[in-house]
Amino acid sequence: MTASSKFRTILRAGALGLALCVGPAAAQDESPAEAPAISEIHDPATLLAALPDAGYADKQAIAEQLVQSAGAQAGPALRALLEGRLYSDANQRVVVVDGEGEGETVALRDPLSGAALGSAASAALTKIGSNNKLRKALKGLLARLDLADADPDKRLAAVNEALRNLDAPAIAALRARRDAETDSKVRDAIDVGLAVADLASDSADTRLAAVQRLSGELSPDVYNALQSLVADDGSGKRREPDERVLMAADAAIHRIDNQRALYGGVETLFFGLSLGSVLVLSAIGLAITFGVMGVINMAHGELMMLGAYTAYVMQQLMPQHITAATLLAIPMAFIVAGAAGIAIERGIVRFLYGRPLETLLATFGLSLVLQQLVRSVFSPLNRSVSTPEFMSGSLVINDALSLTWNRLYIVFFMLLVFLALQLVLKRTSLGLKVRAVSQNRAMARAMGVRSEWIDAATFGLGSGVAGVAGVALSQLTNVGPNLGQSYIIDSFMVVVFGGVGSLWGTLISGMSLGVVSKLLEPHTGAVMAKILVLVFLILFIQRRPRGLFPQKGRAAEG
Amino acid sequence: MNHSLLRLLWAERGSRAFYIVLLLAAVFVPLLNLGVADGSALHVPTYTVALLGKYMCYALLAIAVDLVWGYCGILSLGHTAFFALGGYAMGMYLMRQIGARGVYGDALLPDFMVFLNWKELPWFWHGMDMFWFAMLMMLFVPGLLAYAFGWFAFRSRVTGVYLSIITQALTYALLLAFFRNEMGFGGNNGLTDFKDLLGFDLQSSGVRIALFLASAIALGLAYAACRAVIASRLGRVIEAVRDAESRARFIGYRVENVKLWVWVFSALLAAVAGALYVPQVGIINPSEFAPINAIEIVVWVAVGGRGTLYGAALGALLVNYAKTYFTAALPEVWLFALGGLFVGVTLFLPKGIVGLIAQWQTRLTKAASLKEASA
Repeated sequence: MTASSKFRTILRAGALGLALCVGPAAAQDESPAEAPAISEIHDPATLLAALPDAGYADKQAIAEQLVQSAGAQAGPALRALLEGRLYSDANQRVVVVDGEGEGETVALRDPLSGAALGSAASAALTKIGSNNKLRKALKGLLARLDLADADPDKRLAAVNEALRNLDAPAIAALRARRDAETDSKVRDAIDVGLAVADLASDSADTRLAAVQRLSGELSPDVYNALQSLVADDGSGKRREPDERVLMAADAAIHRIDNQRALYGGVETLFFGLSLGSVLVLSAIGLAITFGVMGVINMAHGELMMLGAYTAYVMQQLMPQHITAATLLAIPMAFIVAGAAGIAIERGIVRFLYGRPLETLLATFGLSLVLQQLVRSVFSPLNRSVSTPEFMSGSLVINDALSLTWNRLYIVFFMLLVFLALQLVLKRTSLGLKVRAVSQNRAMARAMGVRSEWIDAATFGLGSGVAGVAGVALSQLTNVGPNLGQSYIIDSFMVVVFGGVGSLWGTLISGMSLGVVSKLLEPHTGAVMAKILVLVFLILFIQRRPRGLFPQKGRAAEG
Repeated sequence: MNHSLLRLLWAERGSRAFYIVLLLAAVFVPLLNLGVADGSALHVPTYTVALLGKYMCYALLAIAVDLVWGYCGILSLGHTAFFALGGYAMGMYLMRQIGARGVYGDALLPDFMVFLNWKELPWFWHGMDMFWFAMLMMLFVPGLLAYAFGWFAFRSRVTGVYLSIITQALTYALLLAFFRNEMGFGGNNGLTDFKDLLGFDLQSSGVRIALFLASAIALGLAYAACRAVIASRLGRVIEAVRDAESRARFIGYRVENVKLWVWVFSALLAAVAGALYVPQVGIINPSEFAPINAIEIVVWVAVGGRGTLYGAALGALLVNYAKTYFTAALPEVWLFALGGLFVGVTLFLPKGIVGLIAQWQTRLTKAASLKEASA
């Protein structure tokens, strides 16, 4: 007997049993004697027609019979039933509701052929209900249908679905598919599924082989299956009688635990790096204005806020093209925040050079004005900035580790911004002049550098970068008037920790602070981690007042 | 009384004006509140008394900041930490005075602890039901924090902007910590619903007046103490440290000790201001730690005129009066006005209002002398 025919027999036997128990109740309208058992019906249309009046158990039998007789064609009907879109209309036809029609009407579709059936008033339709048990069975059936799908990804999803609910028909389906499967990934998944099934085998050798096969698999279903194998059965004895299998299973669980811990560590590291990237992004503009120019710009956070609002405005202007709007927002934010920065430098900061504490106060006042401005223009409520398509979802590496795309992109984006800044400072004539002015203003002027112009340009550059960081932040947090305030202290800390005037220092300090706080978080909670980092920084500055990478030479003095 | 000390306290015209205004307020406000009938135009409502008492606390806080910033050159963006810690000490005492009259009627535990299902009083709440002990803690805890922080910071010669930023980090860390329920200070909501102080009902106008007078006396004493410090030999050194730190060190002064002394003294003044503030506003919560409040204090000082003490008090009074008025009448405008004040004062009034007045005076006298000369 081949696997598939065995499966069919099991199915039939089950369906027949069900039909015998509840069949008469389901066919109340017709005379009970004439109603054939569900397992005897092979015409898909007839089977469907029996659905509306059937009990839940009968519906399950009908669904199984449908798969049996119609194969993949039954898929849409079952899916509709699962999603609550299968209705019976006034003429006792079974229909799939397919989207909204005009007014109170809805568009209808034939469940088997998929042909459009016009529309009907939604009031005239009766929903064909389902319960949890039926939905579970439907998912299993659909997974079995998908097992034969042409798309390997769909087959893989189907195998994983079957693994979640591993009953006899599902095992049989997997076994049937095993040899026909060409895709190695899907075959591996099927092997895992069959091994899980084999854990329940009577033969200790089969179980042992299954346990060995499962060692190192990260899926939570496998883990649960192994756990239940070695679990106590309530009387102090473990469920698995065979000593060898027990040992192997313990070893397998241990190995899985280790691997999970490893991947958990990788994930924490990743979270830390992405938090670090956010910190670096928010601090790097400051590293220029504060680090290179020595200007305390307390309105730095508000320049980021301007960048974030630029992203919001761009998306409002181009609601059809979110991705393009977000990408365009990057240069736009640079321009907007950069222009604001130049205005600040020309209007306020330039009168206060050499008086850092006064600069701090004036720019702080400015930050209040900018906040209130945004509140008056955009409302005090948070605005939502949508995430472009390519940034949503996550990169699944295995069952224990998946990295969300937006965090991944933030890391890349940060590196890009950092690189671009390095290039500007080290490879362009503007960068050369900026460095010259910051190292020795008088000498630079003597060489013909227009230091006033360079000051404005440097401040604009730092502010523009802050705006670009704001676009990145708009993808991670709420965009509101307080956006900047919540980052300003952190960004100053990053710059001071890294060593004023050192872009590399900013990169390393931001990254390490991000990783450290994410490493602390599981043990202390998020707020406590933040407090500990702050206290650490306060103590660190006492030890090394000039940060991790202090500037050397004459530029360091003063 | 030592004549030279008296002369020293009266020396400046600004100081004399400060004492006179304070004395007039301390005499007339209670008189007009209690002595004049309710409907009369001269009547000062109890609400105003409490408001003025609050301003007095702010003025005290501003003087504390002016002492370290104006005279010693340490721009503290963390004085709210000491202010709020002092306030919390007073709040804890007031909380314990509620006793069984709380919502849950627990004789020992404050309401929020019952709510959090705590079974016993945390160790740091013991003894806070005794007024003398609570007041001791009110001085001891902020003083110790200031001492520890200053000891580290001044010895390792953290100065200027760096110091400002780590003081800001200090108060920010405390803000975050006090937001946590686990800290045992009421978390987000802080401490409130106070009933009485030393057995007197906090709502009665008599207690309001008493608190107002206490604030006025504290302000006067603190002012006199600061003046005495500044006029002393130590004061000379303090100003020397502000103007030329390295030179003062080379001459042989222990700069870090001088700074530490002023810093702790200033923190204690801030703590007293916080302790007087809490019973008058009836609540203390973690938002008092907010770094933005600390910067606001600096602005009061800058607006009034730093390095004069009376200027700081004047600035605190004016800015807070403007805040009270604007937040009620034109809430939208307040942040614009405050922000504009920051920018305008730093750009155009580096010496504050007091400096402006002095400028006018010299101009007037100059004009007068010119007239005399030509006549």
